[in-house]
Amino acid sequence: MTVVQPATRPVSDQPPALLEARGLTRHFAAARGRGVVHAVDDASIALAPGSITGLVGESGSGKSTLARLLAMLVPPTAGELLLDGTAIRASKRGRRAYARNVQLVLQDPFSSLNPVHDVRYHLARPLQVQGLCPPGARLDDVIMGLLERVALTPAAQFIRKYPHELSGGQRQRVAIARALAVQPRVLLADEPVSMLDVSIRLGVLNLLADLRENEGLTILYITHDIASARYLSDDIAVMYAGQLVESGPARSVTDSPAHPYTQLLLSAAPDPAQPLSAPLPGHGGAPSLLAPPTGCRFHPRCPHAMAICSATEPPPAQVAPGHVSSCWLHSPEYAPASAQTTAEGGTDEPPSKLTDTD
Amino acid sequence: MPLIEVRGLRVDYGSGAEAVHAVVDAGLTLYSGQVLGLAGESGSGKSTLAYAMTRLLRAPGMITGGEVLLHGEGGHTLDLLAADEKQLRELRWSRVAVVLQSAMHALNPVMTIGVQLTDVLHAHMPELDHRERHERAGGLLEMVGINADRLGSYPHQLSGGMRQRVMIAMALALEPAVVIMDEPTTALDVVTQREILQELTELQHKLSFAVLFITHDLSLLVEIAETIAVMYAGRLIERAPARSLYRAPRHPYTVGLLESFPALHGPRKRLTGITGSPPDLRNPPPGCAFHPRCQYAMDVCRTDVPVTIQLGSGDRSAACWLQTGDRPVPPELARPDPEAGPPALDSTGSEPAAAGRQT
Repeated sequence: MTVVQPATRPVSDQPPALLEARGLTRHFAAARGRGVVHAVDDASIALAPGSITGLVGESGSGKSTLARLLAMLVPPTAGELLLDGTAIRASKRGRRAYARNVQLVLQDPFSSLNPVHDVRYHLARPLQVQGLCPPGARLDDVIMGLLERVALTPAAQFIRKYPHELSGGQRQRVAIARALAVQPRVLLADEPVSMLDVSIRLGVLNLLADLRENEGLTILYITHDIASARYLSDDIAVMYAGQLVESGPARSVTDSPAHPYTQLLLSAAPDPAQPLSAPLPGHGGAPSLLAPPTGCRFHPRCPHAMAICSATEPPPAQVAPGHVSSCWLHSPEYAPASAQTTAEGGTDEPPSKLTDTD
Repeated sequence: MPLIEVRGLRVDYGSGAEAVHAVVDAGLTLYSGQVLGLAGESGSGKSTLAYAMTRLLRAPGMITGGEVLLHGEGGHTLDLLAADEKQLRELRWSRVAVVLQSAMHALNPVMTIGVQLTDVLHAHMPELDHRERHERAGGLLEMVGINADRLGSYPHQLSGGMRQRVMIAMALALEPAVVIMDEPTTALDVVTQREILQELTELQHKLSFAVLFITHDLSLLVEIAETIAVMYAGRLIERAPARSLYRAPRHPYTVGLLESFPALHGPRKRLTGITGSPPDLRNPPPGCAFHPRCQYAMDVCRTDVPVTIQLGSGDRSAACWLQTGDRPVPPELARPDPEAGPPALDSTGSEPAAAGRQT
């Protein structure tokens, strides 16, 4: 039933990435010197101009830390950021110039807006900080224009409102408008809809899709909900325990997941088309990032785990055009004959041909 | 056999002209051994309904009308809204148990889970001695897939999923007839959520308790519930068997809600969801509360609250003026019902407004 979709863009001939992270790593010192939290380890991700990339992972997988690294809100332990192929300097001036290009929208619009200031203040502030503030009355025109871009119309009604007078969806639109104020080229959206009511989530997702469609905005959409990532994104990257384990075109990743973790994530997602009793391909919870498992970090939960998995970290392997997965099952000397069948994924093929290890 | 019948339940927050009507004329029947899903967005009144049913509602919440009948063994029936503290104390946990969303806050952080589990047994089963209580508490933990040696653990030593499992074990400690679960898995990761739901379904088959499962995630309910009731702005607007609701919704809000969840399979297409946002209950729209967001809104919707209409012969109803049988029904609201024999359109078309309850 499922057909492997060819990549929408051939990877090698892609235009150079607008924003690229190479080997980004961030470790945090744990409380009372109890070691190091490996929040993000060696993450490389490239955002093509005008594309939407979905970054999917469970809570604690490091996806928000990666967003903060990409927004330069936390300095990396190792690795570098490239904008238009040029490495970013970590100086104060470099950061400010970077913020003109890359903006972050946070999850919770109830705490990301200041309750004592009105909408006009929130949208004027980034313009002042960046020295883009037009003189006098023209500022109001710019702000109204921003409100119209995020479909808060009639804008004149919203400009003097305070956060408590707005619904959750309207607040998140104000937060998006604030990020758009400095005309960035990249928008990092960290769980922008997870705090919103079900019936208004789609409106905000469609707004992001329209901003890409009409204005060519490049978007990183961070979420725990793989179905919404599939809906919105051109490409999906899957994060597990601080590492990127699989990435590729959205349809290819969700219709034929190659990494066992992505397969687990997809079969655990609520899906009316699938019986609840279907056994999950894997078990347990995410590991401690204080002492991540050796080798492949997923091996303690993986139904296909082999001896090599606990010893050596798997290298990324191309499983389809533009579709990369880091798993030992993809390397010829370790792949069992049936591994490719599961990679076809989906629910129609019971994984009975596999030798279960548990 | 009906286990709990809610009739005409009304709950207000505050009083007088300022009162917010959080639940209006809610009618709901939970049968023994059934999993009934209650879906709604935040502010729709679904949690208030659960709190009112169990008399756990706190001020400024006030029950202003209706009855909640709990049918016991041997035809004994009790109106929970009229029950006194002593009767409630006997019923709670032994007949009706509650699992709340945030296990983080529901467990006492300075007591081991063993102490908290045996406390329930101590209060309701005084005939057990210390060792028997301890053994039973260990058995309860193992029932939800946690090793009995974790009885000595404090809540902070357990993961979120394990804490929620402990809450479920506590709720089942006295083998209640009904477990009310308010967003029990919302704070958990999808893999943990699915594991807990699978365990819960197995336990439910084994012990055959009834479940009222409250969540905003309609796609989850379609999987686990037999019957689903949908709430909007304090009213129950549709009720149907899960598959019927999923394949053939009859209320425009349900249609919109189902289209708000992107699919995991098939071609990607742009979804519209529902325009606008949920109403402010301090100032609800006149007529049908959904009419400002409804693409099918007619004049009558703006003035009159729709009656709840029984659809077909089965357990399905909807509160929408389009379903009264005297108007043409848009095809989206008249898809063939997989649970009904003849197409649902015929049966509703021929018996207009049967058993409608005026509100």
